[in-house]
Amino acid sequence: MSTLTQAAPATPAARETTYAPIPLSRIMRVELIKMFDTRSGFWLMASIGIAAVLATAATIIFAPESELDYEAFATAIGFPIAIILPIVGLLSVSSEWSQRTGLTTFTLLPNRSRVINAKLLVAVGVGVVSMFLAMAIGAVGNIVGTAIAGVDTTWNVSAKELSLIVLANVLGMLIGSMLGVVIRNSAGAIVGYFVYNALLPTLFMTLGNLQDWFHDLWPWVDFAYAQGALFEGDPSGQDWAHLAVTTTIWLVLPLVVGLFVIRKSEVK
Amino acid sequence: MITVDSLTKRYRGFTAVDDVSFVARPGRVTGFLGPNGAGKSTTMRIMVGLTDASSGSATVLGRPFGQLPNPGREVGVLLDASAQHAGRTGREILAIAQRTMGLPGSRVDEMLELVSLTERESERRVRNYSLGMRQRLGIATALIGDPEVLILDEPANGLDPAGIRWMRDLLRGYANKGGTVLLSSHLLHEIEVIADDLVMIGNGRIVAEGTKAELLHAAGTVVRTGAAAELAQALRNAGLVVTIAEDGALRTEAPADQVGEIALNSRIALTELRSSDNAGLEEMFLELTAETQREGAAA
Repeated sequence: MSTLTQAAPATPAARETTYAPIPLSRIMRVELIKMFDTRSGFWLMASIGIAAVLATAATIIFAPESELDYEAFATAIGFPIAIILPIVGLLSVSSEWSQRTGLTTFTLLPNRSRVINAKLLVAVGVGVVSMFLAMAIGAVGNIVGTAIAGVDTTWNVSAKELSLIVLANVLGMLIGSMLGVVIRNSAGAIVGYFVYNALLPTLFMTLGNLQDWFHDLWPWVDFAYAQGALFEGDPSGQDWAHLAVTTTIWLVLPLVVGLFVIRKSEVK
Repeated sequence: MITVDSLTKRYRGFTAVDDVSFVARPGRVTGFLGPNGAGKSTTMRIMVGLTDASSGSATVLGRPFGQLPNPGREVGVLLDASAQHAGRTGREILAIAQRTMGLPGSRVDEMLELVSLTERESERRVRNYSLGMRQRLGIATALIGDPEVLILDEPANGLDPAGIRWMRDLLRGYANKGGTVLLSSHLLHEIEVIADDLVMIGNGRIVAEGTKAELLHAAGTVVRTGAAAELAQALRNAGLVVTIAEDGALRTEAPADQVGEIALNSRIALTELRSSDNAGLEEMFLELTAETQREGAAA
């Protein structure tokens, strides 16, 4: 039984608020800052830089002179970025739950879909920019490396190949963010990330090589296999179809389900 | 102004918040009191849209929280001071709130000064903060948008006595300027020194509500009867203020002889009639606390 002491006063009419709604651009800017201002964000970025330098050095030292070209440098530098950067996207989402910052984030921005959308857009942007950065560093490595080795500098990556690699990287960032959305726990999502990138491709490869019935099905279900075509430089129509189907299964569907759950779930 | 109307939250097999209604008014500090696990935090999470209600509603400044265009400018919220990224500095955390709300960067320094966090402390990562420092940072985050309403869950936790006094003065000044303050606590005495109005909750239900003066300091009468609702009505008809406790006891500020006379005239049989010793609320609170402790021990 509640009180009999005081009757509740009538609710006042909804007040006019003078505050403007928060624009998406501002949410994106805040989310970009949040991606890199933590210690884990900083060290992930630093590890990418360190890995890129080591990869460039290793290419100069170990690659045969005949293979010392732009492709070698761009690949060497792009590889650590493609592995590590999706974890930045992943943590950007999962840390809202694991670090419990969501309590503040989602009270300042009650529309959770907008927050997640901003994170996804930022992840795409970071994916694109970082790849261009990798290419720029690769170009420097190519000029310096070939000068040291005393061979001709070759530019053998076409604009089309570059854009395909950027696309692959963007997909990687979205996979990371999606795992953050679906699992909402940093440790669990990172495990999920390695399952996606290491366990599932191995499993499919074993299955594809051992089971005849699976062999034809393989490219339609193996996301990593389908993404591989992007690195080959010239995907066919069927390669694109493989990519579209696997992206739907492994990225779009889980993301849609995850977004739906996030809108309803309790933030504690 | 915060209006909570018949708010109920059911989880599988248990009701965390059960038909809770109350109003937190502007210009006053409303204390939300109850033992741990009584449903205070759940009620507050529903108010700010972090948890969906099973039924009922909560509005802040006349609207559901989710419809506020820039909530941080109108409602300052501190639900858990420890819910911060341990790898950020205090300054970075404030800057995130400041940027999200679209405020000038100078607000960060103003808030740090207001909550007495030094320049050096603000550059340290929250991992290294004491609970008291986290509370100060949380209060700074809640206040940075200069909101009209404050919702604070256990803000005095971890503060030293000087800190509690500081917070009391801060919230008092805030309410005096016309702000609405709702703060929860599981400590009666902590609430007693800060709040103007009290809402006491136990096992998800409101067990007492009113001004602090009514509930704590008024000498009065405790009366029990099998027909509590009828007696309450009769007493109210006589112009008295009545509170019904969860166990069915009625409390009123009127002296015992007046209550006895009203009961006689209304032909209501009493099972108990005595003067209360100002400690009614505390007794009720201790009963509630003991009950939940027993449950905790049995579990």
